[in-house]
Amino acid sequence: MKPANFEYFRATSLDHACELLRAHGDDAKILAGGQSLIAAMNYRLARPQFLIDISNIDSPSEITDESDGVRIKATTTQAIAEHDPVVRRRLPVLANALEHIAHFQIRNKGTVGGSIVNADPASELPAMSLLLDAEFEIQSASDKQVMAAEDFFITYMTTALQSDEVLISILFKAPPENSGWGLHEVARRAGDFALVGSAAIIALDDGGKCSFARVVLFGVASTPVRATEVEDALLGQSCSDALFAEAAKKVSEVVDAESDVHVTDEYRGNVAEVLTVRALADALSRAQAAS
Amino acid sequence: MVDKKKISLNVNGVTYDREIEPRTLLSDFIRHHLDLTGTHVGCEHGICGSCTILMDGLPVRSCLTFALQAEGKAIETVESLDTNGELSPLQNAFWENQGLQCGFCTPGILMSMKAFLKHNPKPNRDEIREALSGNLCRCTGYHDIVDSVVAAAEAAISSGTAKA
Ligand SMILES: Cc1cc2nc3c(=O)[nH]c(=O)nc-3n(C[C@H](O)[C@H](O)[C@H](O)COP(=O)(O)OP(=O)(O)OC[C@H]3O[C@@H](n4cnc5c(N)ncnc54)[C@H](O)[C@@H]3O)c2cc1C
Ligand code: FES
Ligand code: FES
Repeated sequence: MKPANFEYFRATSLDHACELLRAHGDDAKILAGGQSLIAAMNYRLARPQFLIDISNIDSPSEITDESDGVRIKATTTQAIAEHDPVVRRRLPVLANALEHIAHFQIRNKGTVGGSIVNADPASELPAMSLLLDAEFEIQSASDKQVMAAEDFFITYMTTALQSDEVLISILFKAPPENSGWGLHEVARRAGDFALVGSAAIIALDDGGKCSFARVVLFGVASTPVRATEVEDALLGQSCSDALFAEAAKKVSEVVDAESDVHVTDEYRGNVAEVLTVRALADALSRAQAAS
Repeated sequence: MVDKKKISLNVNGVTYDREIEPRTLLSDFIRHHLDLTGTHVGCEHGICGSCTILMDGLPVRSCLTFALQAEGKAIETVESLDTNGELSPLQNAFWENQGLQCGFCTPGILMSMKAFLKHNPKPNRDEIREALSGNLCRCTGYHDIVDSVVAAAEAAISSGTAKA
């Protein structure tokens, strides 16, 4: 038995979870899939006094097709989101990213919201929320707000969410019509956290020029980062391998990685550039196939 | 001191009533409170897969689940596979193909593969390798494990039952 002791409360709804958080204050933590939190408790890196379990609320997994995107209830398991037909049709890049998270046994419990609040800079879903302009529905016992993904991630495993707030749902916006996507990551073994990852979306205008570009990197800084300089180098241009190679050099503007036990900072920078070229090439061929 | 909580848990079709500390992991509950020691514990961080059990039919890590979270769910462990000592076709395939050496990883692999074969009854070797990636084995080099899963799938197809 490794974790320190705590008091357990089972919430029946997310509203109930907000009430329980208010009642128990700063020493309380939300328990969703537990795939990060229980591991941290087993290491005693986390020792919450009160746990509020939201994995057993009524209808935890809910996915709704909305006009501008797909809304996913925070407690939806990663496995259900991964296999959902609406997600696969409207947000294929998100479905692909979900497949990269750990192993299916972990995705059967890990939740979409838990991964985002956990905010590991190497994890896929925080990066997807930047790539797909996600909006987070956030609630406390006394307040409600909607926050854009770009305002949410502050630093390594730290977000703008206050200790009395619960992430309720995430609206991932559908990318433009006729766009294509690419996602590449490098990990030591299948299912490991990515050492570096890069995701891209490209759309073309009638003349074949790049009319929309979005590039997001993960595992290269203390949060996932949007590479706006790479995007700017693509907009209005005719896409080619040469253009991608030139534009991808600008990932160095956002790579702020330190060397760690796995790899050096130099390796991360080089791989970020290579993966960005590959993600852009995939995005282009999918965009061409779509238009 | 945190009070103990009453828990009623359905494991392999039997309902067990116990009193536990809330911090009791499902893996420890199964092993220490129910004496079902077939579920093994390797890393307790979700990495090795030896503690994998089925919860409402889905394979999950029992070391990353608190026992209290499992109330109201149907839990299946490796002890549920055989019928009065007769091995299930999946277990039998592991026996016939030397799919284990020390056997430490085997319960987790069997539970993962039971769910995998239900979802994908005719997998190819690449799909099997991918599906095994969440279960580490220190002994076999995986070759015989893949052979065992292939044999289990073939046995299920030739006997006309999709049941592994
Ligand atoms: C072996 C292993 C490999 C992994 N590999 C990857 C990987 O490759 N990529 C990846 O992205 N992840 C990986 N993970 C982590 C996994 O994705 C987790 O599922 C995820 O990070 C956390 O989701 P959860 O639902 O389990 O959250 P929990 O562990 O329950 O919670 C995580 C944190 O979020 C908070 N929280 C959860 N939900 C809410 C909410 N709705 N509102 C407010 N706060 C909330 C909790 O209080 C806690 O602080 C791996 C995990 C393991 C064990
Ligand atoms: S003991 Fe649970 S995954 Fe290793
Ligand atoms: S058979 Fe020994 S660990 Fe797999």
